[in-house]
Formats: sequence, structure tokens, C-alpha cells
Amino acid sequence: MSIKLGVPSKGRLMEKTFDWFGARGVKLSRTGSDREYAGAVEGVEGVSLVLLSAGEIPRELAAGRIHLGVTGTDLIREKLVQWDQKVEPLAELGFGQADLIVAVPAAWVDVDTLDDLDGAAAAFRARHGFRMRIATKYHRLVRDYLRMGGVADYQLVDSQGATEGTVKNLTAEAIADITSTGETLRANHLKVLAEEPVLRSQATLFRSRAAKMNDADREALRVLTEMLGV
Amino acid sequence: MGVSFAAEKAEAERLRAVFAEAGAQPLDCAIMQSAETLLDLYGEDIRARAYVTHDPSRGEMMLRPDFTVPVVEMHMSDGAEPARYTYAGEVFRRQEEHPERPSEYYQVGYEVFDRGDQAKLDAEVFGLFAEVLKPVNLRPVTGDIGILTAAVAGLQTSQERRDALLRHIWRPRRFRALLDRFSGKTPVPATRAAMLAQGAPMATAGPVIGLRSEREIETRIAALRADAAQPALSRGQVELIDAVLAVRETCSFALEHLRDIAVDMPALLPALETFERRCDALSARGVDVAELDFEASYGRSSMEYYDGFAFGFVCESRPDLPPIATGGRYDALTRRLGGGQEIPAVGGVIRPGILLEVAK
Repeated sequence: MSIKLGVPSKGRLMEKTFDWFGARGVKLSRTGSDREYAGAVEGVEGVSLVLLSAGEIPRELAAGRIHLGVTGTDLIREKLVQWDQKVEPLAELGFGQADLIVAVPAAWVDVDTLDDLDGAAAAFRARHGFRMRIATKYHRLVRDYLRMGGVADYQLVDSQGATEGTVKNLTAEAIADITSTGETLRANHLKVLAEEPVLRSQATLFRSRAAKMNDADREALRVLTEMLGV
Repeated sequence: MGVSFAAEKAEAERLRAVFAEAGAQPLDCAIMQSAETLLDLYGEDIRARAYVTHDPSRGEMMLRPDFTVPVVEMHMSDGAEPARYTYAGEVFRRQEEHPERPSEYYQVGYEVFDRGDQAKLDAEVFGLFAEVLKPVNLRPVTGDIGILTAAVAGLQTSQERRDALLRHIWRPRRFRALLDRFSGKTPVPATRAAMLAQGAPMATAGPVIGLRSEREIETRIAALRADAAQPALSRGQVELIDAVLAVRETCSFALEHLRDIAVDMPALLPALETFERRCDALSARGVDVAELDFEASYGRSSMEYYDGFAFGFVCESRPDLPPIATGGRYDALTRRLGGGQEIPAVGGVIRPGILLEVAK
């Protein structure tokens, strides 16, 4: 047995995670060919690296198949019911910052708050005969947010990519998506509501509350978390 | 939970037989229901409570979260009048907030579609449930959404404001936020004030994209301007609504108390007559209304189809459990599903699983 650390398998998220661990004396690296998802850990004993898609890391943590994992808060909250009973956040890693926001066409000068969105949704439904469509892939988070905000007469439509384009393509009236800079929104003639975002997300190191450990694993985890200062 | 599925099913069948004995026609309906109808009725929130699945040819389907909608649909399409139905079967609810609660359980229902004396029919349903549940020590509680609706409809303010409040009667937080705004307790949001301060806000709006047209935006701006010109809802009016919402006593006292409020809000009177006739009908059926609890806000935060009488039976020693039985009047639902037709309807359901559990 060893402590299994799940890390995003590609892109900037992987590189930055490697940097963050490296700066704390734990060297993570990919091994073998570029296409092979295998990795190595140097600088600490009893820890192995598992490279996974960032979207799968919440599920693997919840199932206890990995002990530690790096992923976005957004994915943890969207994918895990009662997430705080399944994982514990150990450290925010300071990168991968993005807000989950609700955006509407910039031309909707009458809509800036959730209260406005609700009012516009009621009028829209009366006029068009169906509920106002909001495109997103974060169904649970957005639904909870809109319920708390008292918005009725809307429906969520699933959008797994190019969400900003759905309004122009007439498949949605508004969107809820992750944004880091807002440039894509502006380019698509959208504006963010003047409200607290649905969620502020960043890459975070989580510990599984479900993963089994023996005494050696516990010791390895203790040493690792001490090195990481978490 | 400690009650086996077999025991729950047997209890469901026993209760259905009791309802059939009382004159209801046994009915069954499909487990998979069109998601479209349910989504249109309840909105997106139903997805958090029900299981949605996808069928390649029939589109989005939902495992029935209750029987009321399919029973109303069946009755409206080919039901004889008057009709009394009973059913027993599983319903399916996602339990994200309460994973310890079962997501699949039986419901046994009794539903009445009848154009006769409505007070008497309310009393028939409540009385029948009270008799069936008598062996178990449960506390009945009643309410009447019609009284709340009448109170809002009687507010001295614009029709638009009354409509906005009526639309959110089932969302207490939002309802309160609207009342606070209309009465000036919370200020107009800065963004709206800034927009209204502009002479022609659309002039600098940029390209209009999407299905919501420039005309729709202009229409809402005009509505917001008109609303901004409205005088604040007076403190006295808010106090009247609060007084109605706070009524929580036995039916007899509640009726008296509401009559006092109606001195300043005569719009309540027709709804109070309905309430009084129901109390009389309940008495005639042997229910002691001097002991029966009434809460004006009861039935407000559950599914938004009860629009009149609402009732529940709760186990006071088990506050962790949901109500063992619930029911009420849903005339408006028959109108929405009736395709141009409507019929007064009242009914309720028992959950045999938790009934057995509290009876132990």
C-alpha cells in the first residue's frame, strides 16, 4: 500500500501542481512516453502519483480510491453530494482561480441582479410560453444558487462547451459558466450579474475521508503533509 | 429504517383497500412520466428532487415523484364525473439534503374530483384520513393557501406588485424580500436606480443578441419606471400580511382572529367564509375543530399546487420524520393540466412506510 495522490493529467493545471509540490521538496513527474499516464514521486517515501482527468478526481476521492487529490472547488461541489463529509480541503494552491458566474446579454440593461433575472424570466415565460433557458454544465450549483436567490420560471439546459455562444445561437437566453478574465464573455456580448458569484473556485488539495490507510500510510501522509505545510 | 419493503407494500395495499371501501375507484399509472409536464409545472427545482432519465425516442422521462399529476391528467382526459380515486405505489425522490431518508417509498392516495359542496368535500378527505390514521397518535395540522392569496390580492398596491407577490407565495424568503422592497424597507438596488436615471438606457446597450427582444427589454424598463413611481406599500399593509401569516392556533380561534384582521382587510372575507364553511363541515363529520390546529402559512413551502385547504399529519415524537400524511386542494392544477377544462379537486396521500415505523 501507499498514499495515492491524484493530480490532473495534463495541461497547465498539471504543470502548476507539479511546481507547487516541487517548491515544497516533493518532486512529481510523468514517466514513460508522453501518452502514458504514469508518474513518479521523489523526495518522500510511500506516496505514489496517479494522473487523472481533473473531472474524475472528485469521484475517486469520494470513493476512497485515492487519498489526496488536486482539483477545482467547483468540480468537488458540483459532483459530490454533501462534499464536506467526503473530502477535506487541505490547502488552496493559489492557481486555477475562476468564478462560476451567471451572465446575460450586455444589452439587457434592465437585468443586473437576481431579482431582475427573476422578473425578466417571468415576463419571458409569459411572452414565449416556455421558461427562460440558462445554459450550464454546473447544474446542481446553479440550481441551488438560483433557488436561494428566489429565481423561478427558468430552466437549465446542458452545455458542455462553448457555452458563451449559446445565447447568440438562440439555444439559451443566459449562461452560467466558469470565467477567469471575462474576455470571452465580452467578446460574446455578455455581462456578469452584479451579484456574488455562484462560487469562487481555485485548484485545491483535498484529502479523502473515505480512503483506507494502514500504519505505514498514516506515517507517509504525516510526513507528506508536514513537508507541504498543510 | 426498520420496515421491510414487503411490510410497506402490504400496508399500502391495506390502506388502498380502506379507501376503495370508502368509495374510491382503484387506479394505477406508469412509473415513467414525461419530464416535460412536471418540469413545466414545478420548474427546475423538481430536478433536485426527482430522478430524470433519458429515453432515445420519448425524450426526458421522470420517475414519478408523486401520483397527483398523472392522476389529474388521467381524470382530465377521460374521467367520469364526479370521481373518487385511490392508488398505491412507489414514488421516487432524490434525497440530496437528507441522504438518510429513503429515495423510493410507497404512497397511498385518495383524490376527489367533484363539483359539489367544496367545504363538505374538504371535510370528507380530511375526515377519512383522520379515521384511517386514528390508531396512531399523530398531530393533524391544517392551513389554507386561499386565505394567503386573498390577503395578497387585497393589498393596496399595484396589480404588478400583487402579481409578483402571488407568484412567490410558495417561496417564503423571496416573498419577504419583495415585501421589504415594496414597502421601502430595503432600498432599490443601485444598479436599477442608475439605469432608471438614464433617459434612454437602450441607447448605449450595444447589440441585442438572443431571443429576448429589444421590445421586451423596453417593456420591462417601462414596467420598472412605473413601479419606481409607485408609493411604498404602507407599514399598516405589511403588518396585516404579517398578522395573517402569524396566525397559528386552533381553527375556532384562528377564524376569530382572522375576522379581526379582516376588519382592516375586507378582501379576506370570502376566503374566511370558505374557511368557516369547512369548519362547519368538519364538525358535522365529527372532527373537533376547537382542538384542530390551523397555521396560516402551512403548506407554503412544499410543492406549489395546493391553492386552498392544506393539511398534514405529523408525529410529534419523531421530528426527524416528514409528515406521515399530507393533502389539500388543487383546483388550479386541474386548470393547468386540463387543456381548457377544470374541476375542483381535493385529495391526499399517506406514506405507509413511516406510518408503520411510528406505529411500532
